Amino acid sequence: MKKILLGLAAAGLGTMLAFSGAYAAEEAHNAAEPTHFPIKKPAELDWTFAGPFGHYDKQQLQRGLKIYKEVCSACHSMNLVPFRSLEELGYTEAQVKAFAAEYEVPDAPNADGEIVNRKAIPADHFPSPYPNAQAAAAANGGAVPPDFSLIAKARAVERGFPLFLADIFTQYQEGGPDYIHALLTGFGETPPEGMQIPEGTHYNPYFIAAKSLAMAQPLQDGQVTYDDGSPQTLAQYSQDISAFLMWAAEPHLEERKKTGFRVMIFLVLFAGLVYVAKRRIWADVEH
Amino acid sequence: MSGGHSSYTPNTGIEKWIDARLPLPRLMYDSFVAYPVPRNLNYAYAFGGILALMLVSQILTGVVLAMHYAADTGLAFTSVEKIMRDVNSGWLLRYLHSNGASMFFLAVYVHIFRGLYYGSYKAPRELLWILGVIILLLMMATAFMGYVLPWGQMSFWGATVITGFFTAFPIIGDPIQQLLLGGFAVDNPTLNRFFSLHYLLPFMIAGVVVLHVWALHVTGQTNPTGIEVKSKTDTVAFTPYATVKDAFGLVLFFILFAYFVFYLPNYMGHPDNYIQADSLKTPAHIVPEWYFLPFYAMLRAITFNIGPINSKLGGVLIMFGSIAILFIVPWLDTSKVRSAVYRPWYKLFFWVFVANAIMLGWLGSRPAEGLYTLFSQVGTAYYFGFFVVLMPLLGLIETPRRLPNSITEAVLAKNKSGGQPAGIAAAPETKG
Amino acid sequence: MSAHDTTEPTRRDFLYIATGMAGVVGAGAFAWPFIDQMRPDASTLAVSSIEVDVSAVQPGMSLTVKWRGKPIFIRNRTPKEVEEAKAVELSQLKDPIARNANLPTDAQATDADRTASKDKENWLVMVGVCTHLGCIPLGQQGDFGGWFCPCHGSHYDTAGRVRKGPAPENLPIPPLSFISDTVIKIG
Repeated sequence: MKKILLGLAAAGLGTMLAFSGAYAAEEAHNAAEPTHFPIKKPAELDWTFAGPFGHYDKQQLQRGLKIYKEVCSACHSMNLVPFRSLEELGYTEAQVKAFAAEYEVPDAPNADGEIVNRKAIPADHFPSPYPNAQAAAAANGGAVPPDFSLIAKARAVERGFPLFLADIFTQYQEGGPDYIHALLTGFGETPPEGMQIPEGTHYNPYFIAAKSLAMAQPLQDGQVTYDDGSPQTLAQYSQDISAFLMWAAEPHLEERKKTGFRVMIFLVLFAGLVYVAKRRIWADVEH
Repeated sequence: MSGGHSSYTPNTGIEKWIDARLPLPRLMYDSFVAYPVPRNLNYAYAFGGILALMLVSQILTGVVLAMHYAADTGLAFTSVEKIMRDVNSGWLLRYLHSNGASMFFLAVYVHIFRGLYYGSYKAPRELLWILGVIILLLMMATAFMGYVLPWGQMSFWGATVITGFFTAFPIIGDPIQQLLLGGFAVDNPTLNRFFSLHYLLPFMIAGVVVLHVWALHVTGQTNPTGIEVKSKTDTVAFTPYATVKDAFGLVLFFILFAYFVFYLPNYMGHPDNYIQADSLKTPAHIVPEWYFLPFYAMLRAITFNIGPINSKLGGVLIMFGSIAILFIVPWLDTSKVRSAVYRPWYKLFFWVFVANAIMLGWLGSRPAEGLYTLFSQVGTAYYFGFFVVLMPLLGLIETPRRLPNSITEAVLAKNKSGGQPAGIAAAPETKG
Repeated sequence: MSAHDTTEPTRRDFLYIATGMAGVVGAGAFAWPFIDQMRPDASTLAVSSIEVDVSAVQPGMSLTVKWRGKPIFIRNRTPKEVEEAKAVELSQLKDPIARNANLPTDAQATDADRTASKDKENWLVMVGVCTHLGCIPLGQQGDFGGWFCPCHGSHYDTAGRVRKGPAPENLPIPPLSFISDTVIKIG
């Protein structure tokens, strides 16, 4: 066993050396004409839902919902999330019903064959602000605003070597919220000397796919009024909406981590039992 | 299965009645209780059992996921999200299934490396090895088609790229691709047939696994010394000895599996697969699942034409060849000694081979440019060189270390040198 | 399996039994999600209770809505229909039980116990599935002016009570309540 481990270690070391060379070669690029995005890596924030005992902060999710409703939902749909699931944010059934009733969704055809809108009920999903993708594109200069149901899991900046290995042990799974936070706070920087920014787009060094994006800075200090006394700053907004979108993408996260803890404890104890049993059974056999 | 004699004695009337009509209990007893295994097997040999359990786990979770999944391009993505959000325990079952695929491949690669290290493919186990390679191929096909089912961006574009391999072949390429896709591009017919085949293939794997185990029980296990079993003292009964040791390895493996399912469920996946498939928009980098990356790196390493073979066809041939070559490994190895334990040079090149495979995996995840391409080419050359040059050559020129006379002698010698009073105390497990 | 000679249980036996039991418990826990996933999911449960606006249903008109996958007949009965239903003696009924989910199971099938609400006796809300073999009865047909099931010829009266034919029970009344004068919550 020792030899195998030594062999693995030696092999690993050799590979690492080779990788770092290649990695350095990839990273060397022109500041004005970058070829790899994002230009800047997002900062890693402390999220309540990170780590083995991670849980959502319901107050924060409620603030995030407020931001989504007042700002983001003007352009971004969230069509996989039903209103009924908002009860997980700490709202009562009646509050959810009232919240849903503020939205309108198309009803089934009436007796005359016309489709009219009705008030949404908790079983409905967040409606899209546009009737279809073409309308969304037309209203936004050709760029369809992505749906937000899964955005926190659908965006993550590549971690690279050797961080991606460390992530196994730190259980880093918050690349999505880190990215969203970085993007929202990353507007307003001056592009490097000589960089061409296409017309109608906005420079953001944290954008994952290019040097600039069609969306202008969506959130400003003081834009959304909080009822719970939290600071009404861009930094706070960005964290709250990121946490909310993480919840929207992974609503069973808390349940998953709680179940996981129980499963791990059982498996470790069980492994101990099986190991002792194994020792006993093999006690009279040399091997 | 263990060839001829049977030590099963039915005791009760019912057992005798069944034994005279369908001797299934006898078969099970002879195969999984009385079946003799070498006494010196280490934990690397637990992966066969682990793989059997992973296959069962994948089939079970897969069958229940299919109760909620809709194989239609308009519904597939949302039906998977419905499993994740609304179905009771759905998130758990889906994460078990998606991470289970990764764990399945992790285990199968350890299993294959184990076979290469201890010379498990050598006579008389050639068919056993070949059946294993067939299982690997079926697993790859199953995993590929399963990855298409969630209908995310990587599903779609992965399917597009991989079915595109066939267009590399002149004349027959395009008709073959259209046959596979049921159209001119990946679309609803493709998704439907992939779902059907993804449901079918695991049962074919199970069938080949039965043959694999049958072949194993005819020849018996190899062992770390590579010496065949010579006397009864060389072996122990499968139950309880191997059963409990495999069980311990299995529980340890499940701890790793559970760690990923509950704490890092999306670590092995790609974020782009949480975006619904869009046939008009390609992701920046199309990367297959990690377990295909070494083969993907070899595919992309061929950037040059070889005579009449253009680089595209060359890459495809190299990639298929990298699996195909495994079929003839039993005849490429010329060494008379089976286990790498007694082959100093083979052992060294084996570990380089492992490191090389890992490096190819990492390169497969990188964009195909600059130094990465060069590294991939070197890695590909070593991959094939290991099989076609080193394996035949080392067997002829290498001087193996002295072999013990029997498994028992090797075990006693090892324990003696370890300072244990021979014949009394148990050997510490850490020596495995 | 034990390698010792004594018949007394030993620490060794205890260890093996404990390990085996733990394995069984683990396997049982693993099996649970596979059973759990069969239960109705959250999206199904979310529509297990519906609210129906009946403000547009005039006397003599009916509305059919879908509730838990089955048709619900909501009828605003005419005074004539109500009188007809009230005039029926319990002894004339094939099934004297109200079959009303909002009342005790032994409530009598008087017209008052069949209507949606004591002070709204014109409203009749029923699961529109024939109690014989599950066909959907046709409204305002049959010998009693109520419902008629074309499959095997069961006749229901204006209170949805079976009067003739093979059906064994009255049409069942689902759990319901009036949220306001014009909105009925079913389920």
